[in-house]
Amino acid sequence: MSLVKLTTSALAISAVCATAAVARDQVQVAGSSTVLPYASIVAEAFGENFDFPTPVVESGGSSAGLKRFCEGVGENTIDIANASRKIKSSEQEVCASNGVTDIIEVQIGYDGIVFASDIDGNTFEFTPEDWYKALSAEVVVDGAIVANPYKNWSEVNASFPDQPIQAYIPGTKHGTREVFEEKVILAGCEATGDFEAFKAANGDDKKAAEKACIALRTDGASVDIDGDYTETLARIESNKDGIGVFGLAFYENNTDKLSVATMSGVEPTVETISTGDYPVSRPLFFYVKKAHIGVIPGLKEFAEFFVADEIAGPDGPLAEYGLVSDPELATVQDTVANETVLGNGS
Amino acid sequence: MTDHTTPKNSLLRQDARTVKRNRAETRFKAYGIAAIAVGLLMLLILLTTIIGRGTGAFQQTFLTLDVQLLEAKLDKKGNRDLEDIKKVSTFGYAPLMAAALEKKVADTGIETGLKPKDMAAILSKDAAAQLRDFVLENTDLIGSSVEFRFLTNSRVDGYLKGRVTRESIANDKNISTAQLDLVDALIADGALEKRFNLAFITGADASDARPEAAGMGVSMLGSLFMMLVVLALALPIGVAASIYLEEFAPKNWITDIIEVNISNLAAVPSIVFGILGLAVFINYMHLPNSAPLVGGLVLTLMTLPTIIISTRASLKSVPPSIRDAALGVGASKMQSVFHHVLPLAAPGILTGTIIGLAQALGETAPLLLIGMVGFIASNPPDGIASGLLDPNSAMPAQIYEWAKRADPAFYERAWGGIIILLVFLVTMNAIAVMLRRRFERRW
Repeated sequence: MSLVKLTTSALAISAVCATAAVARDQVQVAGSSTVLPYASIVAEAFGENFDFPTPVVESGGSSAGLKRFCEGVGENTIDIANASRKIKSSEQEVCASNGVTDIIEVQIGYDGIVFASDIDGNTFEFTPEDWYKALSAEVVVDGAIVANPYKNWSEVNASFPDQPIQAYIPGTKHGTREVFEEKVILAGCEATGDFEAFKAANGDDKKAAEKACIALRTDGASVDIDGDYTETLARIESNKDGIGVFGLAFYENNTDKLSVATMSGVEPTVETISTGDYPVSRPLFFYVKKAHIGVIPGLKEFAEFFVADEIAGPDGPLAEYGLVSDPELATVQDTVANETVLGNGS
Repeated sequence: MTDHTTPKNSLLRQDARTVKRNRAETRFKAYGIAAIAVGLLMLLILLTTIIGRGTGAFQQTFLTLDVQLLEAKLDKKGNRDLEDIKKVSTFGYAPLMAAALEKKVADTGIETGLKPKDMAAILSKDAAAQLRDFVLENTDLIGSSVEFRFLTNSRVDGYLKGRVTRESIANDKNISTAQLDLVDALIADGALEKRFNLAFITGADASDARPEAAGMGVSMLGSLFMMLVVLALALPIGVAASIYLEEFAPKNWITDIIEVNISNLAAVPSIVFGILGLAVFINYMHLPNSAPLVGGLVLTLMTLPTIIISTRASLKSVPPSIRDAALGVGASKMQSVFHHVLPLAAPGILTGTIIGLAQALGETAPLLLIGMVGFIASNPPDGIASGLLDPNSAMPAQIYEWAKRADPAFYERAWGGIIILLVFLVTMNAIAVMLRRRFERRW
């Protein structure tokens, strides 16, 4: 009989636990894996300096985070979504249809995207054109659109060493991929003049031409990495010819293994990114659910702490880790303090 | 007498076919030994790699300093009011440590061209938090000087462990050669040393900026609470289900289907249970995200078939004569099961349960989907309800998280975490083997 008793009591305990789903007292954050290190640094400092518990930060990617953010309002949904890109209007619509109408957009700073290869390998001085020619599915050769024929970097640009093209780029679920496509591949496509050729071939359709530009080759020269930068690094360590796409902060923590390439003659550093000289960078954001402010203890304090000068300023721990701080930080602080929400469809 | 010729077939002289068969047997034995040797070699490589890379995590570099807890900085009003002292954030404590280090350098006569702020950069960012916690607990010590052992930065720690060398930091902006010179001088002085780091076993996870402060403790508690849930649910349900199926249920097509499905369930990949958990427990039942309770429920689903199968096997191994004898002296069916069969099958049931738990303890995939990966294990739970419902990670999820962080110091901790996890698994399996040896009965 003791067994029966045990079973019933166990079930009872679990039922009690389930119904007593107590009021949540810590902030929950999810989203971009690029923002994750910054968010966890802030969360840790927040837990130390305030009487609120340390917020919980999950990763998973910008899109996944925003999807969970837009699931609805209530203790069971996350309070903050980290994103390495702006929220899309389609995502805002999903949000609105689930009752998440007031969203505060907070820009925390900029992140540089760098191209790095093995420390003992060749060094490169890239331009967007080189990347476009190396990775696009189709390129224009002698006026005709052909499948990408290049196998070696030296074929792409005569000044490059004779090294097979092998690139490890972020997979499509990463926000980094979009920036890479837009600021490198598309820019290169336009600079080489191939954009016009694609446009002409598609009957003057700009969208189709853009699509043709950013369609990447699938013959193995370009490999999508769906995991984190550690996976890209592992690929480069096993294939010394590989060139990977990393975040600046990741590169700066692994300078003993990676050698960074310049882009259009500019070396990526916190300075060149903040001045805008280095072309491949993107803003980082987090989105706060206004309906949760006042319900989840510490939410507003956390958001304010995140963008405070001592954290996100140029001398704060985030900049030390690799974030390029936002020159307009004061405006951002006002946004958070006043709880200014995003306009619809902006 | 005729010639004594050896017959064509003899036991003394093997014919061609026998020779061939014997050779085949020898070859097979050799293959078997080779297979075992390969297995052992792999195990050896695995263990040496894990131990070689992971033991570093159990040691950490510390710097001992005398810190002046200046009243002017920590308690400006001088009234020792805890609320006022709390207003000084960790940023306010950094100058104290820089001053302490500067004094140390001056006292020991170390020559360095570094500014106090750059000197203090060899300390961990956790040091300020460490000091603040101490001051908040001992407000009466404000104004005096306290000897304190601080963690150092992960680069300094890597230098003492040989991971960071003077050559490898050429492009590293986190540490300079001048700082390493200071470190060498402090080692010579004895203030800076590598020692056992208990915080790795008991502490909470730390952010990417301070890998040296990260520990397994909180995620270990997360795993513990999950295992409690699994034990409390899977054992009674699993044993009840198998007793019914084995002893009471009629043998017909319905029980056959159930049986086949239990076997199928045991072979379902664990990630499937994760998706199920996300859909049912979090999205439908609205249980909290990242809670060990949810993790435990998911792992219960995963462990149930294992427990049912092993329990049924051990019930089956109790000879029918025991049941017949019990029934023969007038016991009811239920009495015969609970008084006689179940106690005899208990060692087998326990063994199966422990092995099922060990399997659940090492499971990562389902936890990825219910939000247990990230910067989660940062608050030690206070009490059972908080342990079950507050967000927490689990040991394998924590290891996965560390392995993907940027700083190489986390990589070492991931290996260290694997050592801790393996110790748990080996212990559990050893207990299972011991129970079986000790109580098993052969009929």
